[in-house]
Amino acid sequence: MRATSLLIALSLLGAMPAAAVDGAGEAAARGLEIATEADRRDTGFHDFRAELTMLLRNRHGEESQRQMRTQALEVDGDGDKTMIIFDSPLDVQGTALLTFSHKTGSDDQWLYLPAVKRVKRISSSNKSGPFMGSEFAYEDLASQEIEKYTYRYVQDDTLDGQAMFLIERDPVDENSGYRRQLVWIDQAEYRPIKIEFYDRKDSLLKTLTFTGYQRYLERFWRAREMFMQNHQTGKSTLLTWQNYAFRVGLEDSDFTTNSLKRAK
Amino acid sequence: MRGLSAVLCAALLPGLAGADWRGEIALEGRGFTQAPVDPAQHDANLSLSGEIEFHTRWDEGRQSFTLKPFARLDQHDEERTHADLREAVWLYHDDGLEIRLGVTKVFWGVTEVYHLVDIINQTDVVENPDGEQKLGQPMLKLSLERDWGTLDMFYLPWFRERRYPSLEGRPRTQPRIAAELADYENHRRQYHPDFALRWSRSLGDWDLGVAHFYGTGREPSLTFDLDRDGQPVLIPHYEIIHQTSLDVQGAVGDWLWKLEALYRQGQGPSFFVATGGFEYTFYGILEGSGDLGVLTELMWDERGTESTSPFNRDLFLGLRWAANDVAGTEILAGVIQDWDNGSRLFNLEASRRMGNAWKLGLQARLWNDVVDSDPLFGLRSDDYIELKVTRFF
Repeated sequence: MRATSLLIALSLLGAMPAAAVDGAGEAAARGLEIATEADRRDTGFHDFRAELTMLLRNRHGEESQRQMRTQALEVDGDGDKTMIIFDSPLDVQGTALLTFSHKTGSDDQWLYLPAVKRVKRISSSNKSGPFMGSEFAYEDLASQEIEKYTYRYVQDDTLDGQAMFLIERDPVDENSGYRRQLVWIDQAEYRPIKIEFYDRKDSLLKTLTFTGYQRYLERFWRAREMFMQNHQTGKSTLLTWQNYAFRVGLEDSDFTTNSLKRAK
Repeated sequence: MRGLSAVLCAALLPGLAGADWRGEIALEGRGFTQAPVDPAQHDANLSLSGEIEFHTRWDEGRQSFTLKPFARLDQHDEERTHADLREAVWLYHDDGLEIRLGVTKVFWGVTEVYHLVDIINQTDVVENPDGEQKLGQPMLKLSLERDWGTLDMFYLPWFRERRYPSLEGRPRTQPRIAAELADYENHRRQYHPDFALRWSRSLGDWDLGVAHFYGTGREPSLTFDLDRDGQPVLIPHYEIIHQTSLDVQGAVGDWLWKLEALYRQGQGPSFFVATGGFEYTFYGILEGSGDLGVLTELMWDERGTESTSPFNRDLFLGLRWAANDVAGTEILAGVIQDWDNGSRLFNLEASRRMGNAWKLGLQARLWNDVVDSDPLFGLRSDDYIELKVTRFF
């Protein structure tokens, strides 16, 4: 009898961690499955152009605005190529940023300075730095590749009456400014609706909300507005996308350091 | 050429009325902290400059035309009061082929301080002693973008002479450089056709460029002589040179690596010059969003003290602060020291945006312990602080 209960106790002790690992493994698999499905649904757009406006607001309510144009090209088996051309503030007008994002390893980035007609390679390890003084870090705007995170399914949830998957994703890159992110993805269309960013000390740093989703080419969903609130500084940035144009015929030759020099 | 530019501007301006345009006007004040070496020079100077750029494109964006005239009005320096057609260029590109015809600017190079391999455009020396302002260069440029890299081919039919500060200009060499007495090795003078070829390629984290230039050297040799009034001057002499160059830049983690090197024939005995170093950046220091970069560059010239450049045996140490704030505040401070003769140049550049259309810039340059054998000796008393306000349109 004693021996039996000891056996049961031992088997329970043995089984408990195993069950926990199984649970974690299952949550990871489910999380990855959701991220993969979201990625699959957004694959195949080939290329697009868009205009964006950033409205920066500090804690005193003072505002400043930035205007940019962007173009992107999907790359088979790797991260996207993107180019951003600045229209305002006026002192950086014509400045252009070219990024080759990669699924693994650091991205390649070049900055074109029109006043001196110079293309500078810039270090892309600066993922967590603010983009143009905004609340968006470079990594928030970079192409979101599956391989950049590890995933964990947390639970089903609802936001404004919509059914959501809540997943946690942890950046793989040690240069990331975040320890983890909580992502709410709607169950109907697999679009990100809200992301909470936790800093390296695991304190809530920022919340990003996506609104005004529109569908392009009857398939690709794009949010019209992305609002980033920094909880630690009280600053916020509203990013508004306009004039999306998909499949406009962009090619690799539109994403070279030479094409940066042609950008206006 | 100046006349031609004016005619060209007048003819094209009405046609460009519907084009995109942008411009800037800048007011600059310089204050000098010491008495000038030459009593003809002044302790303070005001200057106003303006630039406007028209751009129009057609043929589904494959063709474009850019026109960019520049002008400056200077209080004391009659040579710095000048106009230049920075750009008047037609561009065609399609699927890996690019053609540029007209006046434009091309920059080669990667380093922060010494722009060694940059040779297509003449330096607009009167603008700023840092050598980063360039005169528009007439050219035909053909570029091929292929899997093996980019090949740029240049035909440069007309040479732009370097302009130098006038007697009242400051900072300047002692004695002044008499551009009006410039002479040339080749009898065709400014009409000698120059050619250049450059291959460049990105390989992973690295960008490489190899180039060759044949033609009138942009940087003249200087010889002591007397001008027409019997005053001592330096006379520029432009040689026909062959120059082969290499430039490399790499981004590895938080490090940026930079190297420029050249081999020049035709300006005295053949020689080799190199400059290179790194920039290491601490991102988001002090728990904030600012970045601090540490820069080091070495400059080495095989000619040693016979070099036409002051950067012959020099070391640059610098710090770059980028606040990453709404105003885009940036500060670059550094010192260049000649390790052979001890001459030092301190340099500070700072800028900050005000609102959407204004920018405030500060520069300070101080020359310290400059020995009389150093090409910077003439500038030893020309320490200055410059404040500049720019309005963008």
